[in-house]
Amino acid sequence: MSLRSPVGKVLGLGSAGEGVGHWWTQRISSVALVLLGLWFVFALLRLPDFGYATVTGWIASPYNAVLLSLLIGTMVYHSLLGVQVVVEDYVGHHGWKIVTMIGLSFLHYVLAALGIFAVLRIAFGSVA
Amino acid sequence: MSNPKHQRPLSPFMMYRWQYTNTLSILHRATGCALSVGMLLFVYWLVAAASGAEAYASAQQVFAHPLTRIALIGFSFAFFYHLMNGVRHLVWDTGHGFEKKQARASGWIAFLGALALTAFLWFLLCARGGAA
Repeated sequence: MSLRSPVGKVLGLGSAGEGVGHWWTQRISSVALVLLGLWFVFALLRLPDFGYATVTGWIASPYNAVLLSLLIGTMVYHSLLGVQVVVEDYVGHHGWKIVTMIGLSFLHYVLAALGIFAVLRIAFGSVA
Repeated sequence: MSNPKHQRPLSPFMMYRWQYTNTLSILHRATGCALSVGMLLFVYWLVAAASGAEAYASAQQVFAHPLTRIALIGFSFAFFYHLMNGVRHLVWDTGHGFEKKQARASGWIAFLGALALTAFLWFLLCARGGAA
């Protein structure tokens, strides 16, 4: 006989052994992306043009640089969570599933690092 | 259906017939995947800007290409649809809006709203001139 309660047995379980963490983070990041995404579209529309000086000047302002970095991080994270669900649904073979997910997560982290580094480089004015 | 293995609930599209809400649902996933690809262009734009005026000028040529333009229009629709339908999903997560009538109406709002916002965005960009 086990002394563990029925709830104790299932807490933190779920398909990947991580409970509702994946589901919940997907929701939270989506709320953040509604705000950050709309901010980005409005900000783009307020720029007089998309020339080099205008765009880098806009990115370099502290608020824009921080919000852009948050946008990149959140969107890459949200994308990785979403892509994971798609891979889990459509890649049947367990080994390929793992290989595909490792490849896709590397790609996502590279994208996030590149994007945030680009923003910071402009913001700190170290562009030659 | 006599096989007990098949007595579990199935998604409507596997079960009996097509309904446009099926398509809206798969479109959410499709636009999500499209936006994941679109991030490549977004980061390319940022990295070009961070690489100096010359690199940015050549990126501007890439963005001015008709094919890139078409892709950008597609990505902007994907953005607006995924955003609006995402809000629809968030409302569902609170337990509301599941009635057939409501779910169909909100589906139309998400789809037509995304079309309208995409058209409005490109109208503003073109009206301003220098959309490059």
